[in-house]
Amino acid sequence: MEAVMLLLFLKRYKLETSITSYCKIKNNTVVVNDKQYFKGTESDELSAFLGALYKQMDLSYPKFFKMDKLCKLGTLATELVIRNNIDLDNVPKNEIALVFSNNSSSLESDRNHANSISDKENYFPSPSVFVYTLPNIVIGEIAIKHKITGENAFFVSGKFDADLMHNYSSILLQNSAISTVICGWVNVDGNSSEAFVYCIKNLNFKQENNVFQKQHNLQQLYSL
Amino acid sequence: MEVQEVIKNLKSQIIEQLNLEEVKPENIDANAPLFGDGLGLDSIDALELIVLLEKNYGVKIKDPKEAKAIFASVQTMADYVVANSK
Repeated sequence: MEAVMLLLFLKRYKLETSITSYCKIKNNTVVVNDKQYFKGTESDELSAFLGALYKQMDLSYPKFFKMDKLCKLGTLATELVIRNNIDLDNVPKNEIALVFSNNSSSLESDRNHANSISDKENYFPSPSVFVYTLPNIVIGEIAIKHKITGENAFFVSGKFDADLMHNYSSILLQNSAISTVICGWVNVDGNSSEAFVYCIKNLNFKQENNVFQKQHNLQQLYSL
Repeated sequence: MEVQEVIKNLKSQIIEQLNLEEVKPENIDANAPLFGDGLGLDSIDALELIVLLEKNYGVKIKDPKEAKAIFASVQTMADYVVANSK
């Protein structure tokens, strides 16, 4: 009931928010705040591409290699959003929310797990594969890496739903201790993969030191 | 089965099974702790090690209370494999 009231409130007094940084990863190309950051070889499989991006980012995080592709993709995209967002270091970790979505859930890991248990004569389900058979694990990996303790949610929907993401983020910014929301569409299904991760704040956030001040329409930014 | 041979095999199998991409077999000290300071493995890795022993050596952990001692190091794992493989 409270959520419905808030939605009605938001429709009448639309909360103005600002995207303070974003990262898109698609077709082996990484764009951060309108600029190409990295381009892999076109023929690279997703795993090889993500490994090359990890090296390019000069990360040192051994747990990365244990993640499934969905978590690797979400973790790297979020890392680039955080790195390119001035002031985020000063935001208390319990004021940062993570709101992600996709349309394939954890299908890639679900398939891997199903394959590992399909042969009854060779039945050795892998705990490290099984642990990734939920889509919201990507949120957990990001929260662990950056010690983020604010609200989190993961939605599975047919396509990127800009209204849903905006409304949910707005509710968090309006009605809780949350001051920053990192949102994302992170999807992996076979050879198809895509990440669109962005950081959103209230417009009353001081923008003079911000590297990315454009007031993008969310759906337009996703569709670029 | 010789303990040294099992140690050599276990090092490669652990790296592959646990996706320790930045670790090489020669960097693993057979007597170093696997959990905590050593390779820094976690609880999911512990479950993978149980599967590894069963899948590759047909060895099951009979008493869960023994697991901590068995998985203390590569050396203790190899000792358990040699003592319990058929």
